[in-house]
Amino acid sequence: MDHAIAAADFVADDAHAHWHDQALWFIRAKRDKCVHGLPEWEELRDRAAAIKQHTISHLADYLEQFERNATRLGAVVHWARDAAEHNAIVHGLLRERGVRRIVKSKSMLTEECGLNPYLESHGVEVVDTDLGEWIVQLRHEHPSHIVLPAIHIKKEEVGELFHRELGTDKGATDPTYLTEAARQRLREKFLAAEAGITGVNFAVAETGGFVVCTNEGNSDLGTSLPKIHIASMGIEKLVPRLSDLGVFLRLLARSATGQPITAYSTHYHGPRPGCELHIVLVDNGRTNLLASEEFRNSLRCIRCGACLNTCPVYRRSGGHSYGVTIAGPIGSIINPARDAEKHHSLPFACSLCGSCTDVCPVKIDLHSQLLAWRKHIVARKLMKSSKRRLMWFAGAVLKRPRAYAAAGRVARTALRIAPRWLVYNRFNPWGRQRELPTPPKQSFRDWYSRNETRNE
Amino acid sequence: MPSSRERILRDIRQHLPVDAALPSHAGKWTRYEDPTQQFLNVLSSVGGVGKVVAGHLPLREEIYCLVDQLEARQICSVLPEVIPGNVDMAAIDDPHDLAAVDLAILPGELAVAENAAVWVTGAHVPQRVAYFLSQHVVLIVPADRIVNNMHEAYDWLHREAGAGGPFASPRWGTFMSGPSKTADIEQALVIGAHGARSLHVYLTT
Repeated sequence: MDHAIAAADFVADDAHAHWHDQALWFIRAKRDKCVHGLPEWEELRDRAAAIKQHTISHLADYLEQFERNATRLGAVVHWARDAAEHNAIVHGLLRERGVRRIVKSKSMLTEECGLNPYLESHGVEVVDTDLGEWIVQLRHEHPSHIVLPAIHIKKEEVGELFHRELGTDKGATDPTYLTEAARQRLREKFLAAEAGITGVNFAVAETGGFVVCTNEGNSDLGTSLPKIHIASMGIEKLVPRLSDLGVFLRLLARSATGQPITAYSTHYHGPRPGCELHIVLVDNGRTNLLASEEFRNSLRCIRCGACLNTCPVYRRSGGHSYGVTIAGPIGSIINPARDAEKHHSLPFACSLCGSCTDVCPVKIDLHSQLLAWRKHIVARKLMKSSKRRLMWFAGAVLKRPRAYAAAGRVARTALRIAPRWLVYNRFNPWGRQRELPTPPKQSFRDWYSRNETRNE
Repeated sequence: MPSSRERILRDIRQHLPVDAALPSHAGKWTRYEDPTQQFLNVLSSVGGVGKVVAGHLPLREEIYCLVDQLEARQICSVLPEVIPGNVDMAAIDDPHDLAAVDLAILPGELAVAENAAVWVTGAHVPQRVAYFLSQHVVLIVPADRIVNNMHEAYDWLHREAGAGGPFASPRWGTFMSGPSKTADIEQALVIGAHGARSLHVYLTT
């Protein structure tokens, strides 16, 4: 899996790539507007980072406290070390109760665990109820963005899809009309569901409850109608105190979409009377991240997607080119931690501009971590051999001032006189979409050494 | 063999970073000169409609107007002193029976100025689905129950609950800010995704 190769198709459609870039930049701009209206923004980021850092440093105690309190409120807490165990627990719960139809609200964790195909292979109908996620489900795709699953899809494509699947008018592309059609169909699904599955945005150790945030109200419908609610959460989702939510709910939606808060922020504490609530705590590689001093800060992540929206590489290459559940800068840190060989190219899908670090509401030093990953990948010899040789050569030249000066002289002359086919060919991927600058006749060093003596 | 629970907790305990302090919630958080006006402004920006109403009579007029305007037939009200409604939630066991409700008139406990969120709970509403499944929702909040920001909102929840905390027993609560919405098709904002198509908040004095 190589990001650059996987991105080639996306980049090839230049108009679409620009449209995608603009759509995400629009959200980044909305975020800025919302954030600049709040004088205490930086203070909130500091608090959030500190609360998460504290939680991580007492994670085991807080998980036990959460379990105790959740159990006291009547929920059943399950523990899963990996995706397979998570899926088996969820399916076991459904099987024991004879559940065949479930509605699911957006949960990147269940995506990460591959829950949908697992349940479907066992004859359970799974309906993703977040509109964007439902669209990608109907297209047999995965979300390309953790908050905006269908950000890569044009309304014409949604119109075509809904015409086929829901019988909407052919050629209809009006988002209001299409959303209404989805509302009608999904309402039937909500009313017919026998269980609801949700993710968790924040879980609170001191109360044993958790919060799910949506704009559509899909998780609320999915958990207020059927008698069984299963909530899957990564073990890093905890905060110690109820009041910590004050900090995080102020940050989350502003960072994600530039809204002051999501339309629904629901606090679940125990099951409804006569109903069941199950909470599945999932590790799936998170303790490995915790073990790494360099990368454990990434466990602070609240999955707002701000780093994706601002990332120049993400915006211009699309989420699918990362080949993972969580794309973008944060995904390029946590996925190599899971499998460095498979995801070795992701930390290089980055210009090190640092914009992700600037917008991160929990102050993860994303671009520094991406740089650190590159060092690991080089040290473990996971880089392509062609690139490794090139880097070795560059290193050899750059550390020898004379070799560097000589190489500069050669390049300046060669680029001026060489025919085009010699410069722009398959050995120069950089030149595929770009023109090299016209080389100056003189280097800065030459200029400086002449002018320095003249001035004295 | 140790359970997954034991192994996860053991793996965590083996790799815990050094202790980091837990910060307090005290801070100079934004307060508004006129929290009510701020609430109404933000509510309108998130697609809701808000109004301050003095007394039951004008409130009843407002709601009857709304019923006409929405052509609401099935009305579920847990505030019979304001408007009686014709769907009796207390007589319903199965939340699915509320599927045809056009308009629900429900209480809100607290309004938050910074984001137009209203805290709603099941304290007086036996079926929580009424807040989400009804086509249109009206929330009635006492006008003096308004705080500036989310920090004050959680302080209020703690104060209101007393010693055991707000979630000493099984309970749910939602901060609702405006009607249900989505922008999943090309970032075009559409009001009325799965939940309420409209949200009216009346702050009553």
